[in-house]
Amino acid sequence: MKALAARRHDRRAPVVLLLLALLLVGGLYAALQPAPASAAPQAASANDVTNGEKLFAANCATCHGMGATGTNAAPSLVGVGAAAVDFQVGTGRMPLAMSGPQAQRKPVVFTPEQISQLAAYVASLGPGPAIPTAEQVDASKGDPANGMAIFRTNCAMCHNAVGAGGALSQGKFAPNLWSTSNTHLYEAMLTGPQSMPVFNDANITPQEKRDIIAFIRQQGGTQPGGLSLGSLGPVTEGLWAWVVGIGLLIGAAVWIGAKSS
Amino acid sequence: MSTIDRYSGGSDELSAPEELPDRFQNPGLPPHRPRRGDLDPRADKTSERIVLALFGLSTLGTIGFLVAYFALPTGTDAGGIQRSTMTLGLALAFALLGIGTAAIQWAKSIMNDHERVEERHLMESSPAVREGAIANLEAGAADSGLSRRGLLKSAMIGSLALFPLTIVVPLIGNIGGNWNVSTFKHTMWKKGLRLTTDPSGRPIRAADVTIGSVVHVIPDGLDKAANPMDEKAKAIVLLIRLDPRDLHEADDRKGWSYNGIVAYSKVCTHVGCPVALYEQQTHHLLCPCHQSTFDVANGAKVVFGPAKRPLPQLPITVDSEGYLVAQSDFHEPIGPSFWERLR
Repeated sequence: MKALAARRHDRRAPVVLLLLALLLVGGLYAALQPAPASAAPQAASANDVTNGEKLFAANCATCHGMGATGTNAAPSLVGVGAAAVDFQVGTGRMPLAMSGPQAQRKPVVFTPEQISQLAAYVASLGPGPAIPTAEQVDASKGDPANGMAIFRTNCAMCHNAVGAGGALSQGKFAPNLWSTSNTHLYEAMLTGPQSMPVFNDANITPQEKRDIIAFIRQQGGTQPGGLSLGSLGPVTEGLWAWVVGIGLLIGAAVWIGAKSS
Repeated sequence: MSTIDRYSGGSDELSAPEELPDRFQNPGLPPHRPRRGDLDPRADKTSERIVLALFGLSTLGTIGFLVAYFALPTGTDAGGIQRSTMTLGLALAFALLGIGTAAIQWAKSIMNDHERVEERHLMESSPAVREGAIANLEAGAADSGLSRRGLLKSAMIGSLALFPLTIVVPLIGNIGGNWNVSTFKHTMWKKGLRLTTDPSGRPIRAADVTIGSVVHVIPDGLDKAANPMDEKAKAIVLLIRLDPRDLHEADDRKGWSYNGIVAYSKVCTHVGCPVALYEQQTHHLLCPCHQSTFDVANGAKVVFGPAKRPLPQLPITVDSEGYLVAQSDFHEPIGPSFWERLR
């Protein structure tokens, strides 16, 4: 201890201590900082970007323009981030098959590898939201009760109280969320595809996003009350009651009143 | 069938033209046609078998119900509850429908089908009874001296007229003691009050609201208000950031937004539903109840639906720390119309 104490009085000690403190602070910051929702993904290699650019030129540039700067037909993709590409291409919404009120979920055209290459290319054009990590979308780590409270305020008016989806104006609609993957749910909140508003990490924190995913994963399953009729509420229930229920009653009344042959 | 002929009307001599009889001829009932079962014993036997089968179905339903009750315990998982409920319900339906349909089929195809007519009798009492009742009433009125004793008559009418107050006064009183409609005209918002997220209550930095974002907003310190839910119902706000190039603002409201961030009351001006279906691309805000549509890019004016007024706008700015704050309360009462709204 004495030797240590002696060395502490070395005149270079303050410099060393300062460097150590800086390293500690920097290291802690790097370790504890929440995942940034921007910057190019670390995993993307230059090769990915090159391949992605080729894929983009062949499949997307017709509408989005060379260099993804946008045309009259489609918006610029500079700065939309890898998350937007992963959502739009990964759910089959892009490439668009035909114009209409909104792009709809379709069979996916590209392989996961091609999607990640496209995402890497678009992310290289400008900083944007990155694809969430597996931990960020792990429903088992979310709190479904808190997720319900957040969902009820921010999402339920369009997507229905249990995420069954609902109508918007002029042929647009908020889709059902039950079969959407956790990652795609997260990316949709982060990027706000099409009519959907953006819910960035300041508005709904990553933890709250995971809570919402945990809540959604508990919906759409078996209903203890019997047929759920799509969980759409008064529309399908009313249709059922008025058409099937009253139809059966009218049929019974006609049968009771008819003469036997 | 001869009893029915009674209703076929005789001709009235007064005014009816020759072509149109005063009363239509009662066509009576069509002639009775025997059913197959009335003629063919085998068809009769078939009908009997159908009834038998229906009662059998009911029995099977009852047995099925009991079997399901014991064999399919509800358990605790949703699937078990659904299985049990569905099976019990279906078995019960067959058990009851079997009895009902069997009874009707029995009556229709096996019991005789000759129509019978039930005579309708006059409802009124005999003339003697009616005259007696009127005589009694008149005698009572004369005995009471209603026409002579004016004071008594007035007292009676007065007491009868006053009595309904015992019903009306509590009825109005129970509506509530607060008749101050000015509470409808003001909300919690005031100068410098921070906007916070609903339900987490985090203050919102203007820089964090990216273009295309929608934030559901409650006033800071809502949970410490005297009646938080009442205050929330009035003060809920939708915060939206548009590309400033898309935003068209009236001259007197130029200072109410902040870099394309606008805040509007979330209470529909039609009947007060929370208006929150925002379409990012069209800047339209839809009300889920009656499809009123507001154009956020143009002062939230109504572009479709039954709402008659634009959504009230909350003037906002930022404080020294960059957090969004209200400039003042709303400049008009929020929500649907009410008596004395603009007085």
